[in-house]
Amino acid sequence: MSADPLSRRSLLQASAVAAAALPTVGDAVAAPASRLPSVKGAAVMMPVELTVNGREVHLQLDPRTSLLDALREHLHLTGTKKGCDHGQCGACTVIVEGRRINSCLTLAVMHDGDAITTIEGLGTPDRLHPMQRAFIVHDGYQCGYCTPGQICSAVAVLDEIGAGIPSHATADLDRVAFSDAEVRERMSGNICRCAAYPNIVDAIRDVAGQKDGEKAV
Amino acid sequence: MRPFTYTRAASVEEAARAAATQGARFIAGGTNLLDLMKLQIETPTHLIDVNHLGLDRIEKTDEGGLRIGALVRNTDLAADKAVRRDYAVLSRALLAGASGQLRNKATTAGNLLQRTRCPYFYDTRMPCNKRKPGSGCGAIKGVSRSLAILGTSEACIAQHPSDMAVALRLLDAGVETVGADGGRRTIPIADFHQLPGDTPHIEHALKPGELITAVTLPKPIGGTHVYRKVRDRASYAFALVSVAAVFGPDGKGRFAFGGIGAKPWRVAEADAAAAKGAAAVAEAALNGAKPTAQNAFKRDLTARTLASIYRQKEG
Repeated sequence: MSADPLSRRSLLQASAVAAAALPTVGDAVAAPASRLPSVKGAAVMMPVELTVNGREVHLQLDPRTSLLDALREHLHLTGTKKGCDHGQCGACTVIVEGRRINSCLTLAVMHDGDAITTIEGLGTPDRLHPMQRAFIVHDGYQCGYCTPGQICSAVAVLDEIGAGIPSHATADLDRVAFSDAEVRERMSGNICRCAAYPNIVDAIRDVAGQKDGEKAV
Repeated sequence: MRPFTYTRAASVEEAARAAATQGARFIAGGTNLLDLMKLQIETPTHLIDVNHLGLDRIEKTDEGGLRIGALVRNTDLAADKAVRRDYAVLSRALLAGASGQLRNKATTAGNLLQRTRCPYFYDTRMPCNKRKPGSGCGAIKGVSRSLAILGTSEACIAQHPSDMAVALRLLDAGVETVGADGGRRTIPIADFHQLPGDTPHIEHALKPGELITAVTLPKPIGGTHVYRKVRDRASYAFALVSVAAVFGPDGKGRFAFGGIGAKPWRVAEADAAAAKGAAAVAEAALNGAKPTAQNAFKRDLTARTLASIYRQKEG
């Protein structure tokens, strides 16, 4: 896949021109243009090669482009969401080289050569990933905005427990096992403003195959 | 975010040399630096990516301790078998910090260098001597509930945010570096973080271009390891107060504190008071505290956290 003909930079420049051309009716209109990034010393575009959901893609990116913006604005994989853009909400969670990270807090150029899995790569409406199915069955969302991040995070959480990686909720650092308390602690980097948390825990417990929990029907 | 150029360093020496130029910064995990760059609190003109320098191993030292590569991710350090067994306080401190996503990215060296979460440092409309030297401190007479009560100055009351660094302070870690001239040295963790004084923008002992290559731990000290963090939420929040402690079988103990100091806080007098109990340790640790009206509660909270740890140890 080639890079977008309209880059992020030219888009910013275009909107700066548009903002400047607007009649000034007060500070509220004038202010956004003055806050746009400086276009002095224009950034050198850099080649970035990623394997996204099993597909190799080649991009030319401003080094400032976050992995999140590369996925959404350049590859049009808009399943990954931009919430806070500061690593606080987890809506942008993707799996890079097998590990979940906040895609908003890393630069795409830092991931040249990396393999990335987004919500689109976990499953499709026709072939749902078990975690996607469990979120539907257990109603693990309301508005759905945080859901792709929740699901990517949840898939990685079960891998982390399986790999014996301890958490703050682990009583004995050498005995890592699934529990609701482990899920709540490990999912704390994914905020849900609709507060679907109890149902999210149900969905993850279901996929983990815990017998003492409520099972999918 | 301001424009910058980006390169991947091919060697430690090359990275240190390149970083000595004005406006250059290392980037590793990026979880703190990129956040600050988005807010234009940090405005580097050149980023040197050090992620591919092979500094991601944990190995035994000749002295029987551990050498932790600068790029070892927080997740991997906390989960490392030798760390879990011999330095459990470090595992516990790491696991008490940030979120799973952030720990997967954040590095050992980056965690040591993370910057304060003082709200006045983050708000570019506010005065802040750390962000803009000479502009004043908005926090001292402002909203200061989360801020430091020890090691502060007239210029700055920002708290050090790290959990990991508190455990490293307790364990007498060393910080190994390579300078821009290629010279290598080890900085004791006690000398690594600087008190604000009248230069709160200077936070550590690193020289321009100096790159952290590893953190070393002395041989294991045994004992019972505890890290207790008190915060506003049960998870994913910075400490109001945290206490790292190791208790020996002989009534001896050592203590380091987070959330209350301008740097990871440890005083010899608190360690010396270990056998006398929690109240004596608290009194020694809090000697010289200068709280504001809003964060004076941290004195009591520190004492109570220590009392809780002692009860847990004896229970």
